[in-house]
Amino acid sequence: MRFVDEFRDAEKARALASKIAGLCAPGRRYKFMEVCGGHTHTIYKHGLEDYLPEQVQLVHGPGCPVCVIPMGRVDDAIHIARQPDVLMTSFGDMMRVPGSGGNFFDSNAEGTSIRMVYSPLDSLKLARQNPDRQVVFMAIGFETTAPSTAMTVLRAAAEGLENFSVFCNHVTIIPAIKAILDSPDLRLDGFIGPGHVSTVIGCRPYEFIAAQYGKPVVVAGFEPLDILQSIYMLMLQLHEGRSVVENQYSRVVPWQGNPVALRVINQTMQLRPYFEWRGLGFISHSALRIRDSYAAFDAEARFPVPGVRVADPKACQCGEVLKGVLKPWECKVFGTACTPETPIGTCMVSPEGACAAYYNFGRFNRQRVQEVTIG
Amino acid sequence: MCLGIPGEVIEILADRPDLAKVDVSGVKRAINIGLLEGEDVAPGDWVLIHVGFALSKIDEAEARAAMEFLESIGKAYEDEMAALAASRIEE
Repeated sequence: MRFVDEFRDAEKARALASKIAGLCAPGRRYKFMEVCGGHTHTIYKHGLEDYLPEQVQLVHGPGCPVCVIPMGRVDDAIHIARQPDVLMTSFGDMMRVPGSGGNFFDSNAEGTSIRMVYSPLDSLKLARQNPDRQVVFMAIGFETTAPSTAMTVLRAAAEGLENFSVFCNHVTIIPAIKAILDSPDLRLDGFIGPGHVSTVIGCRPYEFIAAQYGKPVVVAGFEPLDILQSIYMLMLQLHEGRSVVENQYSRVVPWQGNPVALRVINQTMQLRPYFEWRGLGFISHSALRIRDSYAAFDAEARFPVPGVRVADPKACQCGEVLKGVLKPWECKVFGTACTPETPIGTCMVSPEGACAAYYNFGRFNRQRVQEVTIG
Repeated sequence: MCLGIPGEVIEILADRPDLAKVDVSGVKRAINIGLLEGEDVAPGDWVLIHVGFALSKIDEAEARAAMEFLESIGKAYEDEMAALAASRIEE
């Protein structure tokens, strides 16, 4: 415990941990996946694994939107940015994600204009201010950010802007969870459901996990006690032989989600037949594109997009990390060739990536967790 | 980017009822409240903000807890606040 930050309510955390330990069946191991990168961040920052009994292991999931963008889409973005008069924008996290010929900063050094923005509305404003440029917003993110892109497209349409479009890379969390459930690599006992995504989609979309796969799901908040409480709720379900969806984060997440957000996503976007996820490969109906009726705002309709699939660098094991098969430090290049300053893979780029979170905070319990993983 | 930042609504912009000025740890910026249509957002309310949009109304205790959490995670939060401070969505 000596490297662990003592957070507020550490006593309550220990009490919860001991209730969790009391529910462990002798000889049984428990593996729970935290789907959301924000949860991974909390777990490493506060050393939550050190509070848990050795029988309970946390596995990091694919819920880091920057991490799951495949290299080919970065190359596509750079290709669009190279078209005449294009001014591209994206979130700061995206700027250092490597494509096959470098990241956005490298591309800018060769003449493109790719700027970071806080909000898609900042991109819209750039479009108004630069009528002689084609402003393209590279949209990324799960259902948390998709409504913002949708609202921005609606606004652009209402204003009749002709120089604004979206390079849409929004992904949806449910098909990714299903892909993990169907993968033979990993046996999970339950899921810590994502907090902010659920603010939009609500809790109902997770019900198939409990009903068809028999795995409990608890939607959780982001504080250390939220996560421990959720693990306790998962353990209690297993102990009682139940599997349902529960909402630990009901102070923020309504059971039915945000109906306005769902409506505007549906109004402006439609599911792609399939989309490539870094590490997880092609997943059916797992991403959104701009709906045909808003094609005027679809960068993929306006500009040539090569769409070439690029394999990840051989040394990079982000795919295994995203699937929860490898812990960050088990990757061959972790912390040596691949660091937050010079990332090879996406998991090291984003602060929500498991590798970056572990690199920044997680040095304390490697030995113990290795014993648990191997043993 | 995925961080939800709590902000206190200071005013609804008179000429743009879909925009509100919020205070996030002393940084005052305009955000869009269109996704909370029908929830009667008013000055004094707390909202959770994602990339310039309020995604849910929260109470003050939750806002305080969320802010403590964000401050504890360090650089990712600082980057998000720097990005917010650079944002100017209103015309």
